[in-house]
Amino acid sequence: MCLRCSILFALALAPLPGLCAAGPSAPILIKDARIVTAAGPVIDKGSVLIRDGVIVQAAPSIQAPAGTWVIEAAGLTVYPGLIDALSAWGIPTAAPATAAAAPTASTLARTQTAQPRAQGPEDRPQTASWVRAADLIQTSDRRLDQARSAGFTTAITFPKDGIVAGQGSAVNLAGATAGAMVLDPAAGMYVSLRSSRGFGGGFPSSLMGVMAYVRQLWMDAKWYKTAVETYEKDPQSGPRPAYDRAAEGVLNAKRVLLPASTRVEFERTSRFAAGLGTPVIFYGGHEAFRSIDLIKKAGMPVIVNVKWPAKERDPDPELVESYRSLEARDKAPSSPAELAKAGVLFAFTSDDLDSPADFIKAVKKAIDAGLSKENAIAALTINAARIYSLDRRVGSIEAGKIANLTVVKGDLFDSSSKVQMVFIDGVKYEPAPETPTPSGGPGSGRRAGPGLENGSEVSR
Amino acid sequence: MKPAFLLPFAFIGVLCGQDAIVFQNARIHTVTKGNLTGSVVVQNGRIAAVGETVMAPPGARIVNLNGKHLMPGIIDCHTHIALDSINEGSVSVSSMVDAGEMLNPESVSIYHALAGGVTVANSLHGSANAIGGLNVAFKTRWGKDAAGLIMKEAPPSIKMALGENPKRAGQGGGSQFGQQQQLRYPGTRMGVEDVIRSAFTEARIYQAAWKEYETKRAKGLPAITPRRDLKLEPLVEVLEGKRLVHAHCYRADEILMLLRVSQEFGFKIAALQHVLEGYKVAKEIAQAGAGASTFSDWWAYKMEVVDAIPYNAAIMHKKGVLVSLNSDDASGAELMRRLNTEAAKVVKYGGVSEDEALAMITINPAKQMGIDKYVGSIEPGKQADLVIYDGDPLSIYSKVQQVYIDGQLYFDREKDIAERGRKAALKNGLIEKEKADEKRNAPQRPSSGAKPPGARAEASAELLAESAAGRRPQ
Repeated sequence: MCLRCSILFALALAPLPGLCAAGPSAPILIKDARIVTAAGPVIDKGSVLIRDGVIVQAAPSIQAPAGTWVIEAAGLTVYPGLIDALSAWGIPTAAPATAAAAPTASTLARTQTAQPRAQGPEDRPQTASWVRAADLIQTSDRRLDQARSAGFTTAITFPKDGIVAGQGSAVNLAGATAGAMVLDPAAGMYVSLRSSRGFGGGFPSSLMGVMAYVRQLWMDAKWYKTAVETYEKDPQSGPRPAYDRAAEGVLNAKRVLLPASTRVEFERTSRFAAGLGTPVIFYGGHEAFRSIDLIKKAGMPVIVNVKWPAKERDPDPELVESYRSLEARDKAPSSPAELAKAGVLFAFTSDDLDSPADFIKAVKKAIDAGLSKENAIAALTINAARIYSLDRRVGSIEAGKIANLTVVKGDLFDSSSKVQMVFIDGVKYEPAPETPTPSGGPGSGRRAGPGLENGSEVSR
Repeated sequence: MKPAFLLPFAFIGVLCGQDAIVFQNARIHTVTKGNLTGSVVVQNGRIAAVGETVMAPPGARIVNLNGKHLMPGIIDCHTHIALDSINEGSVSVSSMVDAGEMLNPESVSIYHALAGGVTVANSLHGSANAIGGLNVAFKTRWGKDAAGLIMKEAPPSIKMALGENPKRAGQGGGSQFGQQQQLRYPGTRMGVEDVIRSAFTEARIYQAAWKEYETKRAKGLPAITPRRDLKLEPLVEVLEGKRLVHAHCYRADEILMLLRVSQEFGFKIAALQHVLEGYKVAKEIAQAGAGASTFSDWWAYKMEVVDAIPYNAAIMHKKGVLVSLNSDDASGAELMRRLNTEAAKVVKYGGVSEDEALAMITINPAKQMGIDKYVGSIEPGKQADLVIYDGDPLSIYSKVQQVYIDGQLYFDREKDIAERGRKAALKNGLIEKEKADEKRNAPQRPSSGAKPPGARAEASAELLAESAAGRRPQ
């Protein structure tokens, strides 16, 4: 037994990541915890058994097999690993777009900053539909640490530069290699409907130009598919269609993420989305509280941005604010509650938050505005998984699912609660110390042997 | 005047006359059928009858106007209100963009225009391009979503522009703060003509490709579908007479140029917009069958409009041009709220009749927009878009009392005034609530010189934020 422990310990801390991923591991039993399964009623006192990165069982009482690591978890709550439904964690931020700055290899691959100004849709402006987040992941990104410390185990993370920024990938927030983190490399296409260029900066320069461009691109992709198929059947059928990586990227997208925050945008984006022919996910959702009819009619899920609208700092004293903007500030956090009431599938995004540490605090505001804790947890776990069809693998504590767990002292939404540990693919991580040491530095969150630090566990 | 009001059948009204309204004792400006004092019957959103005496449908609501004036809803043939973006200025042909998609039903300009008696607005793409984007005709049904505003009966239209605006970006006129700017062709009026001619030539080729494809398919021959081009599709519609052209222009020479080019390609100009030198070439405009939508007395805001005169509308009208007056409002409904007095100026300067002046803000723009079958005058069968003024609509002292669209009341001056207090209180409530929240959440002030308890936490939060942004040197 002792031998086995030490092997596991060595494996867990091994500097050779490949080894870790391949090696067998002892089962882990989290014992006597409160278990929020997100797949049925809460188990007030029970255990979760995980092995080989997969949940074996969650039940009030589990007979642990020999050689199981046991974590005495009385007073702790086990949640399914939290999911950020629209993230940028792990993706390097773009270099500032000054002419002088030399573009990095990654930004060059993703954007077309080196190209002359676009004259029309055919120049594929600000498009990188062929790029996948999975290929950009930097495991050294300190936001991964911060996110784990905040209780997150999974994110659908996206490149966000330009108009058609590229495919997001569903990733676990830790893994031996970037590739090992990936759950789905092509989770959906991120479209910003925002031109980073102003008047005189090339096509498109306006919202309607951006929409026209995206519409044309999707149309071109459909045409490209038939043209290529026809040509492959009969090379003499007509001119050989020119290779178009932008169209290929679009064709590989299972779904597309489009912004919609205000009621006006919900109507506009719904109509726009209907013309694309690709399933759509809305992101934004601040005015969902007064757009429910439109959202239900569109029948699309919503990823709610929890950076709630706030009063501008030092506003113009002469500024007369509209009722609408005052109302939006007051009521935006009630949007998730309204979505839940209407039965709309929704999740949350860390978009625009300064730090992953602010995420749960921001969700708490939605709870204060009427969202039930159950629905909040569902939005942070199983519903996020459902939106991306990942729910067979993650999002709840059920036998057979990936062992992504978030273990919290107390209740996640209590202000005094503390994330104790997270499990990602069955591997335990502990949060970084509360107050960062002055020197800071990356990698403050630690991958650990199962609870060796706190000594509360015994092996059988 | 005795209305033929059939009391015995009033109970049937519960079943069939619910939304019927009879406006009695109104001074009616029908615009197309003269003026009279009498009644207008509205039923199912349409005008059912107009006359000195009318048959009131059973159960109809009777509104006694006591001599107030009733006219058709005002139509603004050229505005940019309620659009979240107006110009796609990056290219000289931007026909792939649709201003209709930018319609913001919550823009308060819609309500302001409504309060000024405007019931139909033609919100156009801007004038930055020789061939601009698609326009949107909508009714000012304040409170409806965008889909509920759009006037579905209106034929689609496109914007074009001549002169300084479309050529400015070709001369570096658009650059700011001395920045180096890539010039955009064209930079001259000649170039504008070339861009239009090239675009329509391209559209003809595109049209031919589709025709060839359809012929092949009809014969059952194998054929690859041509690639759809959102830029050229609307231009083909123009060539086929399915899409109206509203062309921004000022100078006589460029007006003649566009008339020549349009004749060369076989399409009509629904309305020359602004057309401030139209009076110089009014005969030619009339011959070409083009409409003209102009200002009453607004000019000298740039070089190409120095030759404008306030008699423009009247002269063109007398030469047989279909003339309308527009606001060109963009950021707010300013001129749009008082198009009635714009019409009055044409009476003053050009001596046109009062009816003809009212036509320039009702039936004439309706014709230019291709919606005169539905709106623009008080005639049986037309949509019941009606404005009630407390005096003559051409008087600056007259105020809009009520506006009906499709027989529904959308603006009521008295109601608006009565509601102001409640609305202000509602808004104030939100402001006060926010202030109270701020106070409650504000960090506690230190009692003496002691260090504020939150200082350390704040500092570390800053550190975190900084490190998250990756600004700290490693």
